[in-house]
Amino acid sequence: MSVLSLSDALLLAALLFATGLAGVLVRRDLLFMLMSLDIMLNAAALVFVAAGARWHDASGQVMFLMILALAASETAAGLAIILCLHARGRPSLDADTGNLLPGNLRSGNPLSGNPQPGNLQRG
Amino acid sequence: MPGFLLPLLILSPLAASVILFLFAKRISARGAGLLAAGSVGFSAVISMVLAFLLLSRTNADPFQITLWEWMRTADISAHMSFLLDPVSLVMILVVTVVGFLIHLYAARYMADDPGIARFFGCMTLFVAAMLVLVLASDLFCLFIGWEGVGLCSYLLIGFWYENPANTAAARKAFYITRIGDTAMLCGLLLLMTSAGGSLQISHILSAVTTGQLSSSVVSGAALFLLIGALAKSAQIPFQTWLPDAMAGPTPTSALIHAATMVTAGVYLIARLHMLFTAAPLVMTLMAVTGTLTLLMAACTALVQTDLKRILAWSTISQLGYMFLALGTGIWQAALFHLVTHAFFKALLFLTAGAIIARVHHEQNIFRMGGLFRAMPGVAAAFLAGASALAGLPLITAGFYSKEMILSSVWPASFALAPGLALSGHLLWGAALAGAFLTALYIFRCVFIIFPGQPQTAISGRTPRLMAIPLACLAFLSLAGGFVEMPDALVPVHLFTHMLAPAAAGSSAAISPDAVSHIAISGAEAPRWLLLAGGIAPVAGLAVAWVLWGRTRPVMREVPGQAAIVSLARAGSGTDRLYDVFFVQPFRFLAWLTRHDIIDGLITGAGRMTRRLSLFFLQVRAGSLGLASAGTITMTREGDLLLTRLQNGRVRWYAAWIVAGLCAALASALLA
Repeated sequence: MSVLSLSDALLLAALLFATGLAGVLVRRDLLFMLMSLDIMLNAAALVFVAAGARWHDASGQVMFLMILALAASETAAGLAIILCLHARGRPSLDADTGNLLPGNLRSGNPLSGNPQPGNLQRG
Repeated sequence: MPGFLLPLLILSPLAASVILFLFAKRISARGAGLLAAGSVGFSAVISMVLAFLLLSRTNADPFQITLWEWMRTADISAHMSFLLDPVSLVMILVVTVVGFLIHLYAARYMADDPGIARFFGCMTLFVAAMLVLVLASDLFCLFIGWEGVGLCSYLLIGFWYENPANTAAARKAFYITRIGDTAMLCGLLLLMTSAGGSLQISHILSAVTTGQLSSSVVSGAALFLLIGALAKSAQIPFQTWLPDAMAGPTPTSALIHAATMVTAGVYLIARLHMLFTAAPLVMTLMAVTGTLTLLMAACTALVQTDLKRILAWSTISQLGYMFLALGTGIWQAALFHLVTHAFFKALLFLTAGAIIARVHHEQNIFRMGGLFRAMPGVAAAFLAGASALAGLPLITAGFYSKEMILSSVWPASFALAPGLALSGHLLWGAALAGAFLTALYIFRCVFIIFPGQPQTAISGRTPRLMAIPLACLAFLSLAGGFVEMPDALVPVHLFTHMLAPAAAGSSAAISPDAVSHIAISGAEAPRWLLLAGGIAPVAGLAVAWVLWGRTRPVMREVPGQAAIVSLARAGSGTDRLYDVFFVQPFRFLAWLTRHDIIDGLITGAGRMTRRLSLFFLQVRAGSLGLASAGTITMTREGDLLLTRLQNGRVRWYAAWIVAGLCAALASALLA
């Protein structure tokens, strides 16, 4: 197999990043947004690995491991939030419905059924 | 020498004055008159005792007493010290004796006036100040008296202060003499700074004679002192205050404005004659001023209609004679004329007062007439005074004193510039013309007032208390001249012999040519001088008789149309001149000061600043309003915008972050 050149790796990373970014911006589903974030992180990690391979430096691999840990913890926290919201009786995974901090009753948002203010603050 | 007599002489009227001022309300009219006349009479007695003591001494040393040191600094020392030598003896005799007679007269004359205590308080204060003036041996001390008599003059001219004209006259007299006082003070300070800080007269005179003072300092000081003397004695150009000073009570006019105060200038120059001899130009100026004054005042007196004003102008004229005599250096003649003038002018004023009191305070001579029949005694006294003033030959004192002046002027010469001198003959001619005019105007007065039919209601009698001083003064006016006579008649020189010690002291000290200048030179003058001096007054009398004595009353009231008359009325013209040249500019200055230019500028600037600041205030308020309104709008808009941005949608936030990232990257790349 041929060695992936740095410019190809960067191009691939940029494509991955763009894909992730587009996912974050376009998709309204929280789960897909989390996944898109992971794609973006992986794009960044790919750049580290490629750079480490190019200059024969182990630091790139080390940074990849750190980003891996970061992505794992980020996904864990994001899934926990989603689960928490779901546990509070939130019917959808739509990110745009969570735009009011106190969960204003007058705005007719999906949280109207939950009378406790500040539930999202704690979340 | 009982030295306490000199202070006692001054203290007596001073104490009377203090008592009169303190108890003015409680003292009766009779008591006030008695106290004042008594105190001045006491002084007269003392001065006679002093005269006896001084003249009976064998040595010629003057009496001198230093009371206390007035002030002493590093550069100045001034003493309250008095000196009695023949010159001041003459003066104290005149002041106290004539003063006593006038006080006696005034005690009756003013008896009905409610302010009599104030009147006598001022009069006795005046006598005290005048005695200080003539006795002082320190010029600082003399200056106290000089200012004191000026103050009393002011107080007495404005005595009837309810009439604004009187107070105006008092102010005028005060202001004009004040000009002279300032000049005199300048002269004194100049002398003091250059003569080593002391103004003792003997010290100054010795400094002059030993050449310690430069000639410019001597001339300057002499000029300043001359100006002071001219103002005090109402000579040209200061003559205007004296006629107005007649607003005061008649005894005041007699004592202050005829006999004593106005002669203070003459006395000062006689006292410092050595200083003046060292300044020949000033002497010339003095003589010429005196001559001009005597002619001008005589001409003015000729056209006056107010009895007291005629006498006032006559006083100015006679003082002109004295200054002429001083200018020649024969100060003895000036002093002699001063004495006789004090007698006959006091007499004339007191007689005029008696006449005016009898004719209901009518002062216009053309409304009098026929008074001889009603008051023969007063008329005789007036006639005696008029003869003495005119200098009718042989029988009057005025003749001898005026003759002494005329004979001293004839041989004198006056330095104008180096190598150029004004002959005394010219001034002698002018003085002779003055003598003629003197006789003319005073006998005009006599011929208008006394003969004919009465024109006014004449009331009362002249009280005895007023008649006695008149009689004494009439006697003195006629017989007072026999103490000094020309050699051509009878060689009697009592007066000059009495003054001899003072003259000897001076002539021993000054240079020989100056001695010959001031020597009494009656013998070398031709005999016809005496004759001319005698004929001039008689001619004046004759012309007066032709012009006013013979004609009917209706004719003589026609006012003169000749040019000479309007020229002679120049007395009031001088006032107008001064008004234009001094008073109006001064008023303008005062107006300017009152309407303060700088203040106006400041006020204007302030007003403008106020307007500007108001304008700026409005501008600021407007712009602030605009700005704040704009700010509010902008804030609101921005608030709405930001509110829209802050929508809580996570994806939008992410989009903004990306946009910002892209922008940052783009700018980094493009830069």
